[in-house]
Amino acid sequence: MSEPVSALGGAAYEGFCKVREIGPLGMLTLRGNIASQAIGKALKDVMGMDVPERRAILTEGGRSVAWMSPDELQLILPYAEAPAAVARLAEALAGVHALVVDVSDARAVFTVSGAGAREVLAKLCPVDLSPAAFGPGEIRRTRAAQTAAAIWMSGEAEVSLIAFRSVAGYVMGLLSTAAAPGGEVGVFA
Amino acid sequence: MLILTCPYCGVRAEEAELAPGGEAHLKRFGAGASDEDFEGYMFARKNPKGVHFERWRHAYGCGKWFLAARCTATLEVFGTYPAQTTRPPADLLAAIKAKRPQWEGIE
Amino acid sequence: MSTRLASGGRLIDRSKALEFSFNGKRLRGYSGDTLASALLAEDQMLLGRSFKYHRPRGLVASGAEEPNALVNLGTGARLEPNQRSTTTELFDGLTAASQNHWPSLDFDIGALNGLVAKFLPAGFYYKTFIHPRAAWKHLFEPVIRQSAGLGRAPVERDADRYEYFYAFCDLLVIGGGIAGLQAALVAGASGARVLVLEQTAHWGGRAPVDGVQIDGQPADDWINNAVQTLDGMENVTLRTRTMGAGVYDHGYVLADEKVADHTPGDGRPRHRLWRIRAGRIVTATGAIERPLAFAGNDVPGVMLASAMRDYAVNWAVSPGDRTVVVTNNDDAYRTAITLKQAGLAVPAVIDARAQADGALPQAARALGITVLTGTAVVGVKGGKRVSGVQLCPQAGEGGAVTQEIACEAIAMSGGWSPVVHLWSHCGGKLSWDEAAAMFRPDPARPPLGDDGTGFVFAAGSANGALMAGEVMGDATVAASAALQALGRPAGEAPVPEARSEAEAPLLPVWIMPQGAGPDLRMKMWLDYQNDVKVSDVQLAAREGYESVEHTKRYTTLGMATDQGKLSNINGLAALANALNAPIPQVGTTTFRPPYTPVPIGALAGEARGDIFQPLRRTPMHDWHAAHGVEWEPVGHWRRPYCYRQPDEATSAAVNREVLNTREKVGLLDASTLGKILVKGPDAGRFLDMLYTNMMSNLKPGKCRYGLMCSENGFLSDDGVVARIDEDTWLCHTTSGGADRIHAWMEDWLQCEWWDWKVYTANLTEQYAQIAVVGPKARAVLESLGGMDVCAESFKFMDWQDGALGGFPVRIFRISFSGELSYEIAVPASHGLALWEALHAAGQEFGMMPYGTEALHVMRAEKGFVMIGDETDGTVTPQDLNLNWAISKKKEDFLGKRGQQRSHLSAPDRWKLVGLETLDGSVLPDGAYAVAEGVNANGQRNMQGRVTSTYWSPTLRKGIAMGLVKHGPERMGEEIEFPKPDGSAVKARIVDPVFYDKEGEKQNV
Repeated sequence: MSEPVSALGGAAYEGFCKVREIGPLGMLTLRGNIASQAIGKALKDVMGMDVPERRAILTEGGRSVAWMSPDELQLILPYAEAPAAVARLAEALAGVHALVVDVSDARAVFTVSGAGAREVLAKLCPVDLSPAAFGPGEIRRTRAAQTAAAIWMSGEAEVSLIAFRSVAGYVMGLLSTAAAPGGEVGVFA
Repeated sequence: MLILTCPYCGVRAEEAELAPGGEAHLKRFGAGASDEDFEGYMFARKNPKGVHFERWRHAYGCGKWFLAARCTATLEVFGTYPAQTTRPPADLLAAIKAKRPQWEGIE
Repeated sequence: MSTRLASGGRLIDRSKALEFSFNGKRLRGYSGDTLASALLAEDQMLLGRSFKYHRPRGLVASGAEEPNALVNLGTGARLEPNQRSTTTELFDGLTAASQNHWPSLDFDIGALNGLVAKFLPAGFYYKTFIHPRAAWKHLFEPVIRQSAGLGRAPVERDADRYEYFYAFCDLLVIGGGIAGLQAALVAGASGARVLVLEQTAHWGGRAPVDGVQIDGQPADDWINNAVQTLDGMENVTLRTRTMGAGVYDHGYVLADEKVADHTPGDGRPRHRLWRIRAGRIVTATGAIERPLAFAGNDVPGVMLASAMRDYAVNWAVSPGDRTVVVTNNDDAYRTAITLKQAGLAVPAVIDARAQADGALPQAARALGITVLTGTAVVGVKGGKRVSGVQLCPQAGEGGAVTQEIACEAIAMSGGWSPVVHLWSHCGGKLSWDEAAAMFRPDPARPPLGDDGTGFVFAAGSANGALMAGEVMGDATVAASAALQALGRPAGEAPVPEARSEAEAPLLPVWIMPQGAGPDLRMKMWLDYQNDVKVSDVQLAAREGYESVEHTKRYTTLGMATDQGKLSNINGLAALANALNAPIPQVGTTTFRPPYTPVPIGALAGEARGDIFQPLRRTPMHDWHAAHGVEWEPVGHWRRPYCYRQPDEATSAAVNREVLNTREKVGLLDASTLGKILVKGPDAGRFLDMLYTNMMSNLKPGKCRYGLMCSENGFLSDDGVVARIDEDTWLCHTTSGGADRIHAWMEDWLQCEWWDWKVYTANLTEQYAQIAVVGPKARAVLESLGGMDVCAESFKFMDWQDGALGGFPVRIFRISFSGELSYEIAVPASHGLALWEALHAAGQEFGMMPYGTEALHVMRAEKGFVMIGDETDGTVTPQDLNLNWAISKKKEDFLGKRGQQRSHLSAPDRWKLVGLETLDGSVLPDGAYAVAEGVNANGQRNMQGRVTSTYWSPTLRKGIAMGLVKHGPERMGEEIEFPKPDGSAVKARIVDPVFYDKEGEKQNV
């Protein structure tokens, strides 16, 4: 079998922030009654983490669990581990009304890093990205210009963004344009 | 550019994240329904100048549909609530009535 | 002549000289100049021509309200027309050219219009050019277009980039004058998040020019301190060069930041459009001085008194050696005093009031300035420049000139109008202040936010608090009220004492002299840019235009690029006079965003070029691009339409791809097909409601073609459904329908059947999907190996998981071409590799990739319908003879009730048939078949239309599908389709399945 390739093969751009397409990354959609014991236990067993609170993202050892909606979680883990995780979750949730599916290949993941990372996103997303309103531990589903995106602070000065794979080129263009030298806004710095 | 709070994810969402879905609390009439009932379900819409109950989807957010009580004239938002109901919550109705004593109620 | 004064100029830096050009002439200015101040300093009094009469025009104002001095700014890819020279900061190398004249600014043929001005009143075009109708298009409009208009539209692609910025704050302060700064200080001290916008490059507004003292210090000192204090607050953001353009629902505000207008080409975005959501807004947008309506008030050299003061104080520019001031208020005396103190001559102040004994008039007299009270201007001497002014009593009719004074400039002041635009954009109402003769925000009727309370608070001059002594208190109150509404206690911020000389009340003067007759009124300009005069408004009133909105449109008053900032109040006062109605009863026109024009580029933001829209690419996109692809947009997707070989025409490529697929094997990128997973104990029941046919009884491992309808009963989408396991189905949708159908499913699950146990997931992009199609398809798969794809173990309409050539795949044996066909789904990150592997393996079997057009031709040859071709939102499955896919057993499904309506079940609906031209040609797409007789409009009756039409390379003739009245009952009948060129083509009604009617090719 061929090596999996991410949408843009790890494209990068350096402006006043650094933009990178990362991945491929393993991603699972888990839908179900996320308040239930069954899902709590399955998640603990497979990911070693609890069910996150509303709009929260928990990260431990390169794996994350994110709250996407009241009946949906997103699990992030190394790409190669995704099929096994799907199988383990499906087994753990046998007989429970839930949906577990591998969506690793349906996504493109980007990081924007540097002091102006929040500003780059604030040019594209109708979200209050000031440090007071948006901090580490929160994931926000929104739009980046004309396409859907989910964003979270994955580091002190790093924002991660998930988009659909087909629009990876568009999103790379958006982020690169927003991070182009001279585009510093200077409001969050 | 309205701002509505999604009752599911708690985000005070910009209209740019939302998709409108028309009048709320329509009762579906399917196969076997009378012409009158089906016509009402398909085509009759209230379009009031004043209190109105609407469907909105947090399309770019958590993806969930929710309902909003809003004044179509002043754009005042009385409240938003989950879509899994056939009637607005009683406390919301009371709050609207308190603000708009002339309002005739939902029917 | 106008010139630069030897000293002074608080905004210019004389150590930094700049060069610029105007109409090709090289001129010099200083850093800190506006283009307007630099032009005036270089004695450029004549700057443009008016829109209609091509009258010579010069500067009237010094800021955003300027109606005349518009220029084409820049060249080539940085050319922008209609730029106000008063708000254009000077930079080295700036290039500007005047507009709306031919052949030159000084000698303009269009000025002949002025000679016949008597015959070009309001409504002239409406009345004159209506007959004959054809003449408008061919004669009148071309001539008028030549003589009218503003700047030239740029032809080159814009060299700059633009961007948005989404900002959120508790309090937004619009306007950085002393009122705005004070409001910001109050709010800043409360800890609220404050954003302060100032449209110019400087803080402080007019106060320094007007000589205001704050806490005993010159205004500039307090302003500098205030800005420093605010700058030091972490919760406060300050932005200059950022114009609050519009206020919208629920505290949404657009603001346009001119990031690099004054530093073109420095790599920064030219403009940044701020999209702000503010909890509350303080509008501290100041006030605009009104012109006076007197005959000749548009001659270059007639300026607003405040503007003249600005030019003198801010940029050390003298408008002329001798300036006459004409006024109805005390404020204009400041201009007389300023000019006099700068060493210039002020022969007289013409004051319409009977008395002028306030502190300012007295100070003027003390400087030796003559004050003529009760006096009016009756005429202005000079054409392209003022040379003198003629006077008469204000109370009279202007029949006789009582005095004439030689002068080079005239400063006029008709009082002040608060800038209420932003207050009004979202529904804030105004009240008429009789004493100050102005509309001011009515605090009892503010724009309402989402909580039903007011969200805009006007402060300072914008609130009608015109006197320096009132401003600080007013701004403090506004900010405190806004904070209270936000639920925040006001911060500890001192209220400074601002002082300026006391002013006596003004006398409302809407026309000068009071009894001026028609000859004078014809020369009194209200709207400079659109050439609307007092006489035009009066004519409109005489002709019955009583509504101010109608008068505006009839006369074009206030409809120019300045949107009537100077003319509105004078215009509606003129209308009120003509109608003999009080001003508040006539009311104002609607204030609409933007406050001043915003470049289209700024509105578009980043959305241009490669990122104009989110193009969706499949994993094989680059391969297609490298193999001669011609793209077809399908929604935001780009799909290969065909792959052209060198020197191959598009149609030849399509024909080759069809024949090669039918005879050998083709490869299709089908990744864009929607793929929605539906899972749960109630999934079967749910799909039975969604599809017209039964899905719950589909066996795992099997596929079934299904139809979805809207509740109206019309066909909305189709696709193959595969049952994965006991409670899981995979629904394929059309390429354009994936997101829509997924949302449709979620809508029903969330809002109607929320107790049904079903989850969905849109997996469209998880898989690349590749169709291997044609007689050799099996051989290609077998050569990759790993799965048993023989006819016995992998039947038509089966699906199987497996490893094909080492790739983890799911293969569906389905066909949209009528050929033996396998659709292979593979995780997208392996899509390109599998495609290449299949392509390589297929070479020995003559494989070629094919695009959407070949797909279309082949499906049409087989009579398969296509959503969007055979359907248009008014077509039912029954219309398409798809009754076999509509369950009779099911009690209900979405659309069932709709289809039972009499019109939808009527026997004379147009139904799907095949169409074959008698001459073998291709029917025009969308052509209608005519029937006997005519309808009520005298048009031929129709009996059908073409829905799909192609050249079939397989059958070597044109084939088509169409909807025809009683079509299926009329096989063999010939009907006629008129063509756009007037000829007609005859076609025979036939079975829509043109090729392999028995389906032998796909079942092998």
